[in-house]
Amino acid sequence: MVGASLAGLSAARSLRKQGYDGRLVVIGDELHRPYDRPPLSKEFLAGTVDEAELALEVDGEDLQAEWLLGVRATGLDRTDRAVRLADGREVRVDGLVIATGAAARTLPGSEGLSGVHVVRTLDDARALRAELAQGGRLVVIGGGFIGAEVASTARVLGLDVAVVEAARTPLAGPLGESMGAMVSALHADHGVRLLCGVGVKGLSGERRVDAVLLEDGRGIPADIVVVGVGARPCVEWLAGSGVELDNGVKCGADGRTGLAGVVAVGDCANWYDPRAGAHRRVEHWTGARERPDAAVATLLAGGATEPGVPRPPYFWSDQYGVKIQFAGHAAGADSVAVEEGSPDDRNVLAVYRRAGQPVAVLGMNQPRLFTRWRKELGRTTS
Amino acid sequence: MIPACPLADLPRGEAFRLEIDPPVSVFHTEDGELFAIDDTCTHQDASLADGWVEGCWVECPLHASKFNLKTGAVDAPPAKRPVRTHEVLVEDGMIYVRLSAATPNLPPCVATKLAGVLA
Ligand SMILES: Cc1cc2nc3c(=O)[nH]c(=O)nc-3n(C[C@H](O)[C@H](O)[C@H](O)COP(=O)(O)OP(=O)(O)OC[C@H]3O[C@@H](n4cnc5c(N)ncnc54)[C@H](O)[C@@H]3O)c2cc1C
Ligand code: FES
Repeated sequence: MVGASLAGLSAARSLRKQGYDGRLVVIGDELHRPYDRPPLSKEFLAGTVDEAELALEVDGEDLQAEWLLGVRATGLDRTDRAVRLADGREVRVDGLVIATGAAARTLPGSEGLSGVHVVRTLDDARALRAELAQGGRLVVIGGGFIGAEVASTARVLGLDVAVVEAARTPLAGPLGESMGAMVSALHADHGVRLLCGVGVKGLSGERRVDAVLLEDGRGIPADIVVVGVGARPCVEWLAGSGVELDNGVKCGADGRTGLAGVVAVGDCANWYDPRAGAHRRVEHWTGARERPDAAVATLLAGGATEPGVPRPPYFWSDQYGVKIQFAGHAAGADSVAVEEGSPDDRNVLAVYRRAGQPVAVLGMNQPRLFTRWRKELGRTTS
Repeated sequence: MIPACPLADLPRGEAFRLEIDPPVSVFHTEDGELFAIDDTCTHQDASLADGWVEGCWVECPLHASKFNLKTGAVDAPPAKRPVRTHEVLVEDGMIYVRLSAATPNLPPCVATKLAGVLA
């Protein structure tokens, strides 16, 4: 296993559950034991959940694995079947699970300025949490889910918050224009300024950031800046290894790669999605948790299994006390209809359809109906 | 024993939430079995009656931890602690629940809210 986070840990668990009793090595470049990332922009950042609660392992859990933590994998040698480590060591493998996830994109030119943050790791969140506690003006660059969650958390902590989004509508990619607009209206509801359709030219400040400069010439004063402009898959270490790279590790509907005995899971994996008829790299918690089951089954069977159809991708987000849930693919839809609740109350169940068939569902504070629809989606779009 | 609802009103695959404190839900599985467990997920404030029942497991509607309806055990994080199970009886077509005497494993957010009420 390379990558000691949710996908790597889930794969290790699947291996043991599916009867593998051989040697198991988990390599991760963070020093921490596997921890949960979603709270990093929510409860942990708000201070209502502490570090111990982030642990993904259960008390007393022992997978009989060797954990090589704090060391980066730098290469895969396919003739020797070995993973090379940054400290010069090599680990010989019979099977390899690639679970190196993704890293936050940064803003070119922001290096060296203090007060500028990304939120991907526990260390990132610790640093941001300490600064938010000082109060002040926060500017979030990027109106995606993580940016929106940080804005929401900071607002609860009493900061003055603005969000800058380059696209005309935030979340239009994952949710479509109309629903993206509806969800991002939450910012204005809670006194957060949202500036859309304008790019960021750069940051100003001597040692510490003091403003975000926009392409239209405006400058927004800032004491703290959070850059939430997405993540890139951590797959550089596989360059030249023979594993096909295309927006992450390109793999089949069960995580298999072109190399025998090598599978990829989680945020770094660009799985084939039979429902969409295309490859999709899904950066969602539930995919990183569930898909290793199938990938490990393939690995243990030496590729002799038929890939099943994975459940439609699912993610959640918590913003301003609203539980947002989404399953499926909005991109293929030709219509979207609110089936329950009302956008004005920020309480909605909306169904996306293509040629009359449901392809995705969005819920805001509708866990019960959402779950029914998510189940339905798993049946109808297979 | 607490009366829940008439068996005839609880179709297979559905759950009935008893609005006591903390709430308890009765599940009627596709196989026709009845189980009662604490309704609140041990991870965060989610109602398991809103969840997804498959066999004798219910999947939390928020973050997909699954709880065994028979034993209360949880399969995998984010939830780490089991839910309590309660005894279910049917008499004259009525479902009754006998509450467990164990301490419930409420999620931190709900536990603090309760503590606030008691304080
Ligand atoms: C702040 C935040 C909030 C989120 N909120 C939600 C949410 O509300 N809902 C939702 O569905 N999803 C959410 N997600 C997404 C979810 O956390 C990810 O989908 C999940 O963490 C993916 O797990 P992973 O194991 O694939 O990758 P990661 O968690 O990224 O882990 C990969 C690990 O591999 C390590 N690694 C990378 N390269 C190497 C190397 N060369 N050698 C060794 N180790 C390496 C990394 O350091 C890291 O520890 C959130 C993510 C973040 C960051
Ligand atoms: S609230 Fe149930 S798993 Fe998170």
